[in-house]
Amino acid sequence: MAAPAGAAVLSKASFYTVQFLALVSQRVFYGLALLLAVIILNFFLIYLAPGDIADTIAGDMGGATAEVMAQIRADYGLDRPVLEQLAVYLGKMAQLDLGHSFFFNRPVTGLIYERLPATLLLVITAQVVAVLCGTVLGIIAAQKPNGWFSHAVTVTALLGFAAPVFWTGLMFIILFASVFPLFPVAGMMDASLETGFFGRAVDVAHHLVLPVLTLSTIFFASYSRIARASMLDVLGADYVRTARAKGLTERMVVYKHALRNALLPVVTIAGLQFSQIVSGAVLVETVFSWPGLGTLALEAILGRDTPTILGILFFSSLLVVIANILTDLTYRMVDPRIKTGADV
Amino acid sequence: MSNGDPLGAQLPPPRSPAGEALHMFCRNYAALAGLVMLIAIVTVTLVGPYIYPVDPFDIVWAPLSAPGEEGLWMGTDYLGRDILAGMLHGGRATLAVAVSAASITVLIGISVGALAGFYRGWVDEVLMRITEFFQVLPTLLFAMVLVGLFGASLEMIAIAIGIVSWTSVARLARAEFLKLRELEYVRAARSLGASNSRIIWLVILPNALPPLIVQSALIVGVAILFEAGLSFLGLGDPNVMSWGLMIGSNRESIFDAWWGVTFPGLIIFLTVLSISLIGDGLNDALNPKLRER
Repeated sequence: MAAPAGAAVLSKASFYTVQFLALVSQRVFYGLALLLAVIILNFFLIYLAPGDIADTIAGDMGGATAEVMAQIRADYGLDRPVLEQLAVYLGKMAQLDLGHSFFFNRPVTGLIYERLPATLLLVITAQVVAVLCGTVLGIIAAQKPNGWFSHAVTVTALLGFAAPVFWTGLMFIILFASVFPLFPVAGMMDASLETGFFGRAVDVAHHLVLPVLTLSTIFFASYSRIARASMLDVLGADYVRTARAKGLTERMVVYKHALRNALLPVVTIAGLQFSQIVSGAVLVETVFSWPGLGTLALEAILGRDTPTILGILFFSSLLVVIANILTDLTYRMVDPRIKTGADV
Repeated sequence: MSNGDPLGAQLPPPRSPAGEALHMFCRNYAALAGLVMLIAIVTVTLVGPYIYPVDPFDIVWAPLSAPGEEGLWMGTDYLGRDILAGMLHGGRATLAVAVSAASITVLIGISVGALAGFYRGWVDEVLMRITEFFQVLPTLLFAMVLVGLFGASLEMIAIAIGIVSWTSVARLARAEFLKLRELEYVRAARSLGASNSRIIWLVILPNALPPLIVQSALIVGVAILFEAGLSFLGLGDPNVMSWGLMIGSNRESIFDAWWGVTFPGLIIFLTVLSISLIGDGLNDALNPKLRER
């Protein structure tokens, strides 16, 4: 690779730093473009969906005359040309004004901020648990690809994929509420508990066990599968044979030489699956009455509360965009070969 | 093979590629078990309602009766409706929606992927940006939004599932087309004056099918889980009995009647499991080089 002309004066280390920052800003810029597309999609969903704000308000008032409806539409700018409405909508979104929820009678942004931490806690914990357990089990399985453990991991992965996540959650509830009452099965904390920060954290962690277990079960499956396949792939590579020929111990070969390359597909899949985890969280939150964005989304949809629904769609896309940027950067750090940002 | 080769005489007669795939599939007991299970489930779903003509919405006995009581094999739900009737009638909507949704998914996915991989350049650029955009939207949430805004008919549910899940097929089809378009037989077809659309649909696509068939099998499984998830959330068609709806509506009485959620979930689980087993078997049979994956 030819270094850019200006890089000659930089030391090697700072050259990589500059390149890294350029990559980050490029990814962030692209992420913002995707979010702009989500906002435009949101606008057209509102525009195309049957029924509008006037219908909602009229419904709340128990009916309204045609003049009143027209007046409401004029007040909200619904009688103007589409592009003008879009411009107004983009302007509001630029200030993170997601509109007013008539169903909850509050600004949407406030509603979402209130529910976001619970979802983040659930989704991130589940992702970390699924990636760690899946990778570790997959790598252990790959070392004896025809052993009983390897088969057990394959079968578990198959079962985990096939079970509907909400059903798994309900089965855990039956198991842990009636048979082994170890963990709470609903909500995020015990409101009656009077304790300090530490006690509160323990209480939340206690409530978190079953939702995380449920959510990570499905995703753990695909990580163990990928990690096993990619480790098997890497263990057959020439450089691993070289490492073995040098007389290194099996442990050194697996963990020093093979592991980093074997992890790359796991990182890629982890990024791609983040949007699936957010989706799974909607179901898991519903099953365990977890007070996050998923339960809010369901309440909003059942209440036909369009601003809130689209606000949640926007915020969850934002989470996915952030996760994708972090995945790209993680990939760079894990991959021993990548020194440039070219074509990941 | 040269004439008079002593080894040639001892080899079994060569099979066609399709025959070879069928042979490998039939030696895969897990895949065969999946196939038998799926045929059984589909048969019961299609024939069951005629053999057991109890309306799944009818109240037949006291609510929350345990399985076995009064000849009700699977008991009754929170309203006193027959769960066995729901199991037998509820599969139709789920399977019909899943198969239509998977068809839509595969149709969009192959079209987008084929065009992007075949034409490359700006077509590829534009189509892949659109694909990335759809990957940013959390699938189930986006499907919920579509169904919530445009109505929860079975058609709309199938379309919504199709719209949110075509991206993986598109990426796979694109990769296959990028690879295959450079091969000799494609160049040969072009030198014979074949049109672009002929090359895409009649020359490259048949050769790109094996991995796409495997992916499509998995897509049907995912679509079943999707439909069940939407019905569970109460976003399905409330006038059509489905396995997901049964789980959703019996959720509140889970401590009094475990059977209300367990049986419908089990049948969804077995259906998706049988489809994954078939998918794995097809993968081994159609892509023998990738067997380790």
